[in-house]
Amino acid sequence: MPPESEICGCNGVCKGTILAAIAGGATDLGTVRARTKASTSCGSCTGLVEQLLAHSLGDAFRKPASRPVCGCTELAHEDVRRLIRARGLKSMPAVMQELGWKTSCGCATCRPALNFYLLAEWPETYRDDPQSRFVNERNHANIQKDGTYSVVPRMWGGMTTPQELRAIADAAEKYQVPAVKVTGGQRIDLLGVRKEDLPRIWADLNAAGLVSGHAYGKALRTVKTCVGSDFCRFGTQDSTGLGIRLERRLWGAWTPHKVKLAVSGCPRNCAEATCKDVGIVCVESGYEIGVGGAAGMDVKATERLAKVATEDEAVEIVVAFVQLYRESANYLDRPYKWLAKVGLDWVRAQVVEDRDSRAALVARFDRAQAIFQKDPWAERTAPEARAAFTPLAHLAAEAAE
Amino acid sequence: MTWIDIGALEDIPRRGARVLRTAQGCVAVFRTADDRVFALDDRCPHRGGPLSEGIVHGDAVTCPLHGLVIGLADGRARDAEGGKVETYPARIEGGRILIDAARLLPEGRAA
Ligand code: SF4
Ligand code: FES
Repeated sequence: MPPESEICGCNGVCKGTILAAIAGGATDLGTVRARTKASTSCGSCTGLVEQLLAHSLGDAFRKPASRPVCGCTELAHEDVRRLIRARGLKSMPAVMQELGWKTSCGCATCRPALNFYLLAEWPETYRDDPQSRFVNERNHANIQKDGTYSVVPRMWGGMTTPQELRAIADAAEKYQVPAVKVTGGQRIDLLGVRKEDLPRIWADLNAAGLVSGHAYGKALRTVKTCVGSDFCRFGTQDSTGLGIRLERRLWGAWTPHKVKLAVSGCPRNCAEATCKDVGIVCVESGYEIGVGGAAGMDVKATERLAKVATEDEAVEIVVAFVQLYRESANYLDRPYKWLAKVGLDWVRAQVVEDRDSRAALVARFDRAQAIFQKDPWAERTAPEARAAFTPLAHLAAEAAE
Repeated sequence: MTWIDIGALEDIPRRGARVLRTAQGCVAVFRTADDRVFALDDRCPHRGGPLSEGIVHGDAVTCPLHGLVIGLADGRARDAEGGKVETYPARIEGGRILIDAARLLPEGRAA
């Protein structure tokens, strides 16, 4: 590879820049990242960067067996989760102190991870820390490159009504939304909303019964469905109804990474269920549940987790699967990455074969949902909450007083 | 120096920031975990990301767009060629945040 060939596509870092950094004393991944920005966005070039390190440094470079969470600790994600559980660590300061964090209040890598682990472990007592969340989750909308936000209301199973559409259209006009887009997950995206308008647009959408679609979160995103047996001549089951049911059950839960579902009414698979984190394909005799699909930077078909006869059992297995993922995956590992580490058999044993374990997972999920299944938009439309979305002051105005 | 009261310390969450609108653009006003305040241009030197929306740790902030780490005291990126943003003196007095607005007021208004 010539020195000018690009290694990190996200940040436009070429081989020569990385080699220069290594020659200049960057002898581990963290330092190369800090100095060059290579491998700091999507991370898919991490392996290439490590190869360059290994090649340049020879034996002097040892790829760590399990990578520490970040520069604040030597511990890997798995260790941190285990120790939070084993030692009953219930707050971020407790974790940092007990586990010997090297920094006073962590960094932008470990804090969101710790916030999730604590939230997942102690749903009743841990208080979510907005300052340890990435901007999108803190503001409950997706930041765009010009600093405006996009707003995506939830449409259960991809279904909507004329009233909802009217409310969305009204909001788009009222707040002069520059672009309205239909997303890949069967939702409507209002792009270009100003931060200070967010609580107002949410209040308007709430009034029409629309809630946050969590398009910004490491959370349940969407359940995409086809029209199924209600309308389609090939439909074997009510795929839309099952999708709506799953979405109503799962929304609001925080997960290690985003989670996307789909339900197709027959093997023609119009909802593209076989490349989702969880995808159900309905057949005459029941429901085929696949997991671990992906259609992003990696493309992967789902693997069969179970085939069940009833909708109730399908829902239960999906809920148990999502809870096991919440309890055991590393922060920012999508289900397919997590499955590659723990193995599908291990997961199947707990969510399909062992009925007690399945029931216990479902119970723990529902316990957490009693707390997390609240519309974050509705909680931020009150006047006191709105202040956080406005500027602290306008200096020109102050000075004129 | 032109010290101007821009709000209460309590108006900014610990390890957080709020924006000050000025004639010269937005300034991010940060509050650290140990209650110090810093004011910096709200534009990341990389591609203009809003630093006020970043995660604050120690006396630095990580840009929300691509993760550049900027020191709050000197406005300098913590990596070699990351660049620098403008900083403005800020202090706390009796629970209020004061900022030196000498370079921020509209033309002709500065004391
Ligand atoms: S997946 Fe099957 S049931 Fe669903 S719309 Fe397509 S053909 Fe019809
Ligand atoms: S805009 Fe700040 S890191 Fe890119």
